[in-house]
Amino acid sequence: MASATTAPPGVPAAGIPPVATHQGYFGFTRAQGIALLIMVAALIACPYFLYPQFLMKLLCFALFACAFNLLIGYVGLLSFGHAAYFGMGSYVAAHAAKVWGLTPELAILLGGVTGAGLGLVFGWIAIRRQGIYFAMITLALAQMIYFVCVQVPFTHGEDGIQAIPRGAFLGLIDLRADMSLYWFIAGLFLLGFLLIHRVINSPFGQVLTAIRENEPRATSLGYRTDDYKLVAFVLSAGIAGIAGGAKAITVGIATLTDVHWAMSGEVVLMTLLGGLGTLFGPVIGAAAVVGMQTYLAPFGAWVTVIQGCIFVLCVLAFRAGIVGELARMLRVKL
Amino acid sequence: MRDYILETEGLTKEFRGFVAVSDVGLRIRRGTIHGLIGPNGAGKTTCFNLLTKFMQPSRGVIRYDGRDITPMKPAEVARLGLVRSFQISAVFPHLTVLENVRVALQRERGGSYDFWRSDAVLRRYDDRAMELLADVGLSVYAQAPAGTLPYGRKRALEIATTLALDPNLMLLDEPTAGMTHEDVDRIVALVRRVAQGRTVLMVEHNLKVVEGLCDTITVLTRGRVLAEGPYAEVSRNPEVVAAYLGSDPSVSGGSQGEVAAHA
Ligand SMILES: Nc1ncnc2c1ncn2[C@@H]1O[C@H](COP(=O)(O)OP(=O)(O)OP(=O)(O)O)[C@@H](O)[C@H]1O
Ligand SMILES: [Mg+2]
Repeated sequence: MASATTAPPGVPAAGIPPVATHQGYFGFTRAQGIALLIMVAALIACPYFLYPQFLMKLLCFALFACAFNLLIGYVGLLSFGHAAYFGMGSYVAAHAAKVWGLTPELAILLGGVTGAGLGLVFGWIAIRRQGIYFAMITLALAQMIYFVCVQVPFTHGEDGIQAIPRGAFLGLIDLRADMSLYWFIAGLFLLGFLLIHRVINSPFGQVLTAIRENEPRATSLGYRTDDYKLVAFVLSAGIAGIAGGAKAITVGIATLTDVHWAMSGEVVLMTLLGGLGTLFGPVIGAAAVVGMQTYLAPFGAWVTVIQGCIFVLCVLAFRAGIVGELARMLRVKL
Repeated sequence: MRDYILETEGLTKEFRGFVAVSDVGLRIRRGTIHGLIGPNGAGKTTCFNLLTKFMQPSRGVIRYDGRDITPMKPAEVARLGLVRSFQISAVFPHLTVLENVRVALQRERGGSYDFWRSDAVLRRYDDRAMELLADVGLSVYAQAPAGTLPYGRKRALEIATTLALDPNLMLLDEPTAGMTHEDVDRIVALVRRVAQGRTVLMVEHNLKVVEGLCDTITVLTRGRVLAEGPYAEVSRNPEVVAAYLGSDPSVSGGSQGEVAAHA
């Protein structure tokens, strides 16, 4: 085989980085596999120590951040309007569960379809722009959605959609008990997380990485890069919609906060804090942000200030984010 | 079969009034190695950008294999077998050397939109990728991130990646720039070998390489074609000597050396 060829003269053996031929199991590296096991263990153990309500909210935001990370971390696209997909997913799932009486999984799925549909239209408009223009267009379109949500009756304006029934999973398993709902949400999160991992480690993901690394080169190899970006955008928006729908079912309300630009900012914060372009970073980032908001709540308005300070500190001290820095220290991929 | 694989008529590109490429009529004979030379800023790279549709020409027609490709998109042109490399080495730095080539081989599947499938399916291209890497002397680097390669080897990787598409017409923009002597010799041998059964259009400043490889050369200055023909003939053209080769006797003698401007 060709790999048996010896080093040409002058090649320093030390210059060859360690071989990483195995992609481990199901595309997880060893370190990622271990991290996954820890995460699953935490998913199982945590509800016995922490409030399930808090954990469920955390998982919804974690999924949202993972969806966002798929775009910025693996395609290099900064969407500054992801609240639109999250928020519309939330409203539609809320409406479907409350008014149409759909079961929670169908309501959430509908939220995902809404996010994906919106992502298809907005992505199609935005994808031709580069860099900061892309971010600005996505923001402008998301603001439009916000104003629509303020106006149309189905969102109930300032009140939002309240008292959303949790219903029964598949119409069979009652989710009114917090623990039942927790397992449902945890399962949904894990599915979404694994889906994103698969997208990244698929033939499609390989092309996405190539586009992120050098778009003109990918074009010169015959890839219609805009189409790949659009598919990634739709996937990201769809998963964001699912996260929004799950959040509506979990918290029981869907409000304007979900579509507000501040929500778009929050997901950027979570992803940067945890580690952009890492598999587990957004989860840790979401945990940190939601944790802060919950446990610092007694400080009232100071939460925002504290959050801002921590953010600035993080950006200055560890640029790669919590998981990114950890991965660098341990010299592994996480 | 047509004689010429690529023909342009009146190809012109203006940047806000500045004419970078002016009324260029190129004809690339099938199965040959065609050199495009000229001083810095002559418009060679711009020509490449126009031919591969990375830039839209201001005027003119480009015909590839008898077919008008002027309105096409760059990815479409690439799919027709007209594949370019870049002057500034273009690799995917965080992918491994093997993956770099595989991304090109993967084109054979058509569009890779299958996000639900494991990338393990791409392993069937590993053997072919290793063959291509062996061709350019990069086997030992297969698992290294491409970004860690020294410059000359990045260029070699780029050629391997381009070759992976098995192009009919290969456009190489200064493939030997920044390479050591041994690397240059290897690339020259490689280009000569892979040119079997395909056409190559190359921009090259190293005239020794041009002389050794090219069947025909076109000299471009200030966006215009100054001369065209076999190297021996063109290098004796007094206009070319004056405009491009300067008064460097070693060059006008047609023997060797880089143009002074590039030394
Ligand atoms: N995108 C652009 N906008 C404006 N001017 C440009 C652009 N691209 C190229 N030019 C100009 O067009 C002219 C030709 O540039 P080009 O890169 O094609 O030259 P070249 O022959 O490849 O030179 P070199 O040997 O240095 O690579 C230069 O004067 C350059 O400044
Ligand atoms: Mg050039």
